[in-house]
Formats: sequence, C-alpha cells, structure tokens
Amino acid sequence: MQRILRVVAFAVVGFAVSAGMVHAVTDGSGDPVAVKSDDGKWSDKDGNPTFKIEADGTVDWYTYVGFTRYSAECLRCHGPDGMGSTYAPALIDSMKRLSYTDFYAIVAGGKKDVSASQDLVMPAEGENKNVMCFVDAIYAYLRARGDDAMGRGRPQNHAPKPAFYAKDVEQCMG
Amino acid sequence: MNQALSRKLAAGTILSSFLLIGSASAQTAGDDLLKMEKNAADVVMPTITYDNQRYSALDQINARNVGKLQVAWTFSTGVLRGHEGAPLVIGDVMYVHAPFPNTVFALDLNHDGRILWKYEPKQDPNVIPVMCCDTVNRGVAYGDGKIFLHQADTTLVALDAKTGKVVWSVKTDDPAKGATGTEAPMVVKDKVYVGVSGGEFGVRGWVAAYSVADGKQVWRAYSEGPDTDLLVDPQKTTSLGKPIGADSSLKTWQGDQWKIGGGDTWGWYSYDPQLNLIYYGSGNPSTWNPKQRPGDNKWSMTIFARNPDTGEAKWVYQMTPHDEWDYDGVNEMILTDQQMGGTMRHLLVHFDRNGFGYTLDRATGELLVAQKYDPAVNWATKVDMDKSSSNYGRPEVVAKYSTEHNGEDTNSQGVCPAALGTKDEQPAAYSPETGLFYVPTNHVCMDYEPFRVSYTAGQPYVGATLSMYPAPGGTNMGNFIAWDARTGKIQWSDPEQFSVWSGALATKGGVVFYGTLEGYLKAVDAKTGKELYKFKTPSGIIGNVMTYEHGGKQYVAVLSGVGGWAGIGLAAGLTDPHAGLGAVGGYAALSNYTSLGGTLTVFALPPS
Repeated sequence: MQRILRVVAFAVVGFAVSAGMVHAVTDGSGDPVAVKSDDGKWSDKDGNPTFKIEADGTVDWYTYVGFTRYSAECLRCHGPDGMGSTYAPALIDSMKRLSYTDFYAIVAGGKKDVSASQDLVMPAEGENKNVMCFVDAIYAYLRARGDDAMGRGRPQNHAPKPAFYAKDVEQCMG
Repeated sequence: MNQALSRKLAAGTILSSFLLIGSASAQTAGDDLLKMEKNAADVVMPTITYDNQRYSALDQINARNVGKLQVAWTFSTGVLRGHEGAPLVIGDVMYVHAPFPNTVFALDLNHDGRILWKYEPKQDPNVIPVMCCDTVNRGVAYGDGKIFLHQADTTLVALDAKTGKVVWSVKTDDPAKGATGTEAPMVVKDKVYVGVSGGEFGVRGWVAAYSVADGKQVWRAYSEGPDTDLLVDPQKTTSLGKPIGADSSLKTWQGDQWKIGGGDTWGWYSYDPQLNLIYYGSGNPSTWNPKQRPGDNKWSMTIFARNPDTGEAKWVYQMTPHDEWDYDGVNEMILTDQQMGGTMRHLLVHFDRNGFGYTLDRATGELLVAQKYDPAVNWATKVDMDKSSSNYGRPEVVAKYSTEHNGEDTNSQGVCPAALGTKDEQPAAYSPETGLFYVPTNHVCMDYEPFRVSYTAGQPYVGATLSMYPAPGGTNMGNFIAWDARTGKIQWSDPEQFSVWSGALATKGGVVFYGTLEGYLKAVDAKTGKELYKFKTPSGIIGNVMTYEHGGKQYVAVLSGVGGWAGIGLAAGLTDPHAGLGAVGGYAALSNYTSLGGTLTVFALPPS
C-alpha cells in the first residue's frame, strides 16, 4: 500500500510540475498559496502569514523585510538564507514540518535541546522587538525559502513599501 | 627623566612592592614565565611567547624532513562545537581545553595522553545563545602552579595545575546582559588578565587584572566611558604622539550610548617586559548601524598599550573611527625588533579586520606603516600618513562603500573585506629567521545594509543585514600570505579554497604550519610558501598550530573541530548576488567537506 501511495504521490508531483503550478507543495502550515492581502501583508487560506512571488521573481514587501530581518537577527546562528550552519539547524528544512503556531512559539519562547552529545539552545525572543515586530515577515520569508519558492540571497525586486508600514513599525518598536 | 633612571626607579618600586606583599610565589609567577617561555620544549602560554610571535626555536622537524610527518597520537575532546586556540605543554603534562561546556584536560605525555585530571564546570546553558558565533574558547593560561580559564559564563577560574581542583573562582561580568568569556587569559607577574565578548549585545568592553594568588580584582579598564573608567591620564596618555585630552571617549558618543557601545576585548594579549606594557585591541562599537551612533565611538577599534601593574594606558590608536562594517580591532599584536631605515626599531605589528597591516613603534604608538594585506580591500584607499594632516592616522573612506554615507535601509554593495575581516582572531606568526609574517586571511566581500534597532539587555543589538561572497576575480575565499611589515608588502600568497581560520606557527626548521577549514594541517616552506606536507584531520581546523618537545622528540599539534564564525558563514557555501541571471550559483559549501567534532591530532617524524 505504501508503495502505491508513493507512486501516486510521485505522479501528482509530476503532474503539478508539468502543469506549471509553482506551489504544489505543502509545508508545516499547509498550503502556502497566498489568498488574501491586508495592505500588502499576505495570508494563506487558513490565515497564516505567507509569501507572494510574481512570475518575474518580485517578492511581496513583507517577504523582503523578512529577508533583511532574518539576516540581521537569525543568520549568526542559522546561517545565510536559512541554510543552517555548524551551530544551528537549517530552517529551510524545519519549515517543512513547523506550523506557524509552532514557529511563533519557538521564536517567542525559545528551545533547549541539551544532551550528552549536543547543546542546542535557541533563545526566547519574546522580549526582542527587533524580532517580534517582524516575526510574521521572517515567517513568510522562511516559508518561501523552505518551499523553494525563492532562491538564495537578497531578493532582486520587491513590491513597494505599503503606506502604513513605517507607522506600524514605529508603533511596534516604540 | 632619562630612561635608565626611570628604569631604576621602576625596579625599585617592584622591589619594594615585593617586600610589602611578601608573597614569593605570587611575585614569581610572571618571572617564572619569562624564563619558562625561553624553553622551546614547552608551550607555557596561549600565544607561545609574550611577544605573540608564534615562533618556535625547535628545528628537528625542518623543511627537508617535514614531508615524512606522521600522526603520533590523537585525543577526542568529546565536544562538537568550534575548537579555537591550542593546548599548553609544561613538562610532562599537556593542558587541552574545549568549547562550551569548557572542559579542561590534563594529559600525561609519558603515557600517550592518558588523562591525569578533567575539569568540567556546570554552566547555565542559557549562555549558549548569547555567544555570538559559536561557543568557542581560545585556551587556558598558566602561572603560579595554576591553570586559568575564562568560562563562557564569564567565570574566571584558577585550577590547581597538579590536581585540577578549583583554587578560586570569580565572576567577571553578567551573561544575562550578553557578556561572555571566550578569550584566553594572560599571566604577567602576579596578575592574570581577561577581557569580555558581547559586541553584538551592546556589552561595554573592558580588560581586568586579577591577583593570581586569590582572584581579587586589581584594576579594570573600560574601552569606553569617562576617563576614570578608561584608566587614562588625559595629559600623559597619547594617541599618535599627542595627549588625548579630557573626556576623549565621552566626546565621541551621543549621550549615554557609550554605556551600550561595545568595544569588546576578546582577542589576544601580548607583553613587553622591558617597556612594561601589555597590548591588546578593542572590538566593534554597538550597534552595527553606524547612523544610530554618531561620532568616532572612541575607544572602540583601538590598539591599547597599558601598564600591567596599574592598568593606565600609555598610548592608544583608533584604527577604524566610527566603524561602519564590523571591523573589530581585537586581532593579536605581534612584538618584534627589526631594522627599519638603518635603525633597530621596537615594533608592534597588527593585521586588522579592516584589511590594513599596521606597523607601529610599540614604545610610543607612532604609526610607521599601514598597507593593505589583501589587494581586494576597497572600503578605504589608504591610511593618511601625513603627520601635518588633520586626518593623520585615519583611513580615507570611499563614499561608495560607506554604509554611513549611503545611509539606513540602503544596501551598500561590493564592500571588501566582509565583516569577517581580511583576518579574524586566528593569529599570524613571525619568523626572525626570514623577517616575515605568516598571515592566515579571508578573501571575502559583502553587501551591508544598516537599519534602526532597539536595545534590550541580553538581546542581540545588531541592526544590519549582510550577504557575503568571494572577492571578485576568483573563487578562493582565503589566502595564506607572507608579509614584510617593514615595507607593507606581500612576499608570497598561497590561495586557499576557504578562509584560512587557523592560527599559524613559524619554526626554526624553516617550516610554517597552518590548518584549513576542510581540515588539512599544512606545512609550507617559510621562504617560498611551497607546500611540503598536508594531512586531513577529522574536522575543519580553526585552532592554532603549536609545537613542543618531549623525551627529546619534537611534536606538532593542532585542534580540529569546525565551527565559529567560519562554520556559520561558510557551512552552506556562499552565493554571489551580483553574478547575474544564468550564472551557476554558489561556491563550495564547507558542509560538503567536513563535519563537527573536536580532536587533537599530534604529529611526529617516524623513528629514524
């Protein structure tokens, strides 16, 4: 039975690719396809933050912000582009199983995996405005990376800054 | 006062303080080390000798026979994180340290490294994520029969060298604010010196002296703040020959920003017993967003020369005023005596993260040479050497690469070197035989975009996004070079696929050793750079190569165990954001070459 399922799954993936569907993947939060925009901030059908990438590679504003904030706050442990390092796991892999709620809980509350063989400790960022004010943007960016919807490095083009973005950030950062 | 008289007075002061203290063992700790460092069989300090030359007078292993080198024995530290620094050897015992949890082993060299004792502190694992760039430690120091270790949680501990038992321990700072211990201490006379890491958390840097006898703090000198905190005399402490004046640091910061201003002190220390000065550098100002901290941000990015007894600064020199690229100034200060222009000069040579190799007079702080030691360096055209210029000693910054000039939320592209620096903490070596310096370097550039951040104690305080890629025109991310500090010129350069992140060792045998991130220990000819030997150790090398003699036989040893900034930045490989569409993305990924795990590998020649 398992073998048949695998064959079917393969056929479905094959169909999706040949039909030119870009996001026939599901990740830890399910289907990442963007369905709703709140002033440039995209969410999927379940209301989770997500990315919106145009055919020419232009990314939405928040995914772009996610890249910059990830690279400032998370890169020193998790490596460039969510690829992991000798110090902390590759988040492009973790995103395949973590739901938005899981992700949020780990970022805000931290994580400890201390054993005889390794000492992995993720700090609680709940009080860190440089992270928490951008946690949805960082999620959207990593989701796009995990789903292979965008490549490595800085997005070459991004949607314009939404009208209320600066004010929102100011309010959050205090 | 003439120099001879002042020396006599100084000697008198030492003598009288000796009589007052009346503690022979405390007073002789450093005197012992001055004698002990001359015995090439042992390695009694992390810098090998006080002058930080990383030169060994051993010559059994030489350019003719190094090709026959074999592994004599190995030792696993049982720790997976990045292994920086090197072991010490004192007589029949080798002292090996490891990253967090900061294990220290004493190994019996008479019995192939049998464990004599092991020290493993219990530390709160919450210190792990406040260690920027891996839980590294750069080694232990020896003095007065004790082994000194600055733990990750900023506990300075003195262990009985014979038993490993804690003699005393003292807390030097607060990890809840992001302060951590990573650097190797140094012992001079009756004091042990340590500094602090935490520039990415807004930790204000300091160096402190503790009594080797009981752990009491004798003095503490901050990198930033009021003159009383800096331990400077506004009239007597000089910078480039001139008194620094009152409030030299406060004037260069806005408001109270100096309190979270960084300038941390996580590099190596050196000591000149004749001049009675210790030398070290301070790191980047916090945050990485230069717009947020107007001014020169003194004394971040600075070379300090201090009196080891009182802490008072004799001279300072800020290499990168108002840093805009994270070019920490902590790299080692190498003390040499060399002929320059027909006279013997007492030099201090420093290969800065900013890509300039500096040569100064170490007595006065006079700047003699400042030249790029990687031709790719582009953020500044040169250092102004004109003594009559108002910019004397300052770098001439190129506007295009100035993240201050380009401003917040603007991506400054193609800045060389990257924040890794042309060289990081991995120390260079100097051979008095060739008069050359052997420098492990990074050949990596970056894009850097600063933006506004808020400060929360104990949380990262960075404020910049950066992407890194190999310097234009090649795919190699590192070079191992030979440098003439008198002229500021590269003599030869061996390209390496990855950044060279291992400390070098020069030897009287005409061989220079270094390690690579793939894990090779390499031996090259000191004159030509020609590769004479290589061996792939179990993991990437970010430790420093050392050599010692035991039972009449010379050994070479190095810790492997990939990690640190190198392991974080290069594990997944770099991509070039400017390669254009269709270009094959990505350079070699370190993770395809090596994996985690700390091992000491000891090499020797086969029995003849």
